Amino acid sequence: MTNLRVSNLEVRYGDLIGVADVSLAVEQGSVVALLGSNGSGKTTTLNAIAGLVRPSRGSIEWQGRSIAREPAYQIVAKGLALSPEGWRLFVSQTVEQNLRLGASLLREKTRLHWLFDRVYALFPRLAERRYQLAGTLSGGERQMLALGRAIMSEPRLLMLDEPSLGLAPGVVEALYETLHKLHGEGLTLLLAEQTIPLALDIADYAYVLQTGRTVLEGKAADLESNDQVREIYLGVKSTVVANG
Amino acid sequence: MLLKADKVAKSFDGFTAVRGADLAVAQGEIVGLIGPNGAGKSTFFNCVAGDMVPSAGRVLFDGVDLTRASAEAHARAGIGRTFQVPATFEDMTVLENVMVGAFLRRTHRHQARDHALRIIDMTGLAAQVSQRARSLGTPGRKRLEIARVLATEPRLMLLDEALAGLTPAELQDAIGLVRRIHGLGVTLVIVEHIMEVIMTLAERVLVFNQGAVIAHGEPGEIVRNEAVIEAYLGRGHRRRRAAP
Repeated sequence: MTNLRVSNLEVRYGDLIGVADVSLAVEQGSVVALLGSNGSGKTTTLNAIAGLVRPSRGSIEWQGRSIAREPAYQIVAKGLALSPEGWRLFVSQTVEQNLRLGASLLREKTRLHWLFDRVYALFPRLAERRYQLAGTLSGGERQMLALGRAIMSEPRLLMLDEPSLGLAPGVVEALYETLHKLHGEGLTLLLAEQTIPLALDIADYAYVLQTGRTVLEGKAADLESNDQVREIYLGVKSTVVANG
Repeated sequence: MLLKADKVAKSFDGFTAVRGADLAVAQGEIVGLIGPNGAGKSTFFNCVAGDMVPSAGRVLFDGVDLTRASAEAHARAGIGRTFQVPATFEDMTVLENVMVGAFLRRTHRHQARDHALRIIDMTGLAAQVSQRARSLGTPGRKRLEIARVLATEPRLMLLDEALAGLTPAELQDAIGLVRRIHGLGVTLVIVEHIMEVIMTLAERVLVFNQGAVIAHGEPGEIVRNEAVIEAYLGRGHRRRRAAP
């Protein structure tokens, strides 16, 4: 069943076109990756789905109903959560308060403890810093907090904008293990990620964006060996010269 | 030694971010600094670059004690640093941003402008010279952050995740830029989580954990160090590197 369907999305920032023509579909229980260089429109697409920017054309449907005109908080209430670029944390609130905000639409408050436990198990660092203000966190810790806050809303579709950005390699590994686990529990994932092997390893299906348009799509396994994908990401195949 | 940081420590209200870190860098070196999120790497940079006064320890640059000197005095002495989240002037153009750096050593407007244009050329920003900083995408912002600092003609540059968030093709370009900067005779200390950057550029690597240096050595040694794998790289790191 298709949960999310974006058709011919266009987003303008004044005269600037952020997204020109993006179409994608996300099946329930699948993992979909958005690939493309910086400026290709991945973040704008995710922000439009989350209701943070308004589409100027095209449609966004969640379970058959348009959500293109809904405010962001209504979209969260429908089960879509975004861990945004730039984190957008409340810096003068504690780590725990930021996480609690993620769960503010939760109906069964008894589940709160369980959710906190899950996020703290994923990022033990957040547990250590739970009473610290978010503004005192390092860059990588802020990324953890934004991810944790999205997970706290128990979304049905979790959207991640470059989840590995700024995280230590070991933390990236733990994060992806958790994403695999969440996926195993039935969570649907839509992620933009620069680290292609990570993205294609977890994804079932992927879309390649270029200058605001979907230019290629396919099963992740097929895209891994696709020349066009290599070209977009690697440019002219460059040899890494050893130091010295 | 060009830079000598001796037992540098920094505490905030009872929380110790850096506890007695030593770093000695010789003229012309490229040193990598890695470590878990929140290990104190950025705080250490803040102390070395004069953005914070260390709670204890000393910072010597070219034999001069700069421990309690202002950020401006550090810049004048020849220490430049980039910020993890680019600290560009958002409503100023690329040229104006770089001119701010150029004015450090040039009083005349036209001299600063000429110097800034040379730096802009070198950093690959020529096409965006009159664009406002806020309109740049991630690769442009990262380059501008580097260009601003480069315009101050540093002898030592501290790069704080200056290459994070780039696609593989953009990353290769950025690595090329760092090499060109090094080719000018600039000594570099690089904080980066992308191990490819560290492995490709650094001659020597220091590993931070909980505010102190826990290991140091050549990049090849460091990735095999058990303590580093435990604290930073994670168990799957070797597996992933072995099978790209």
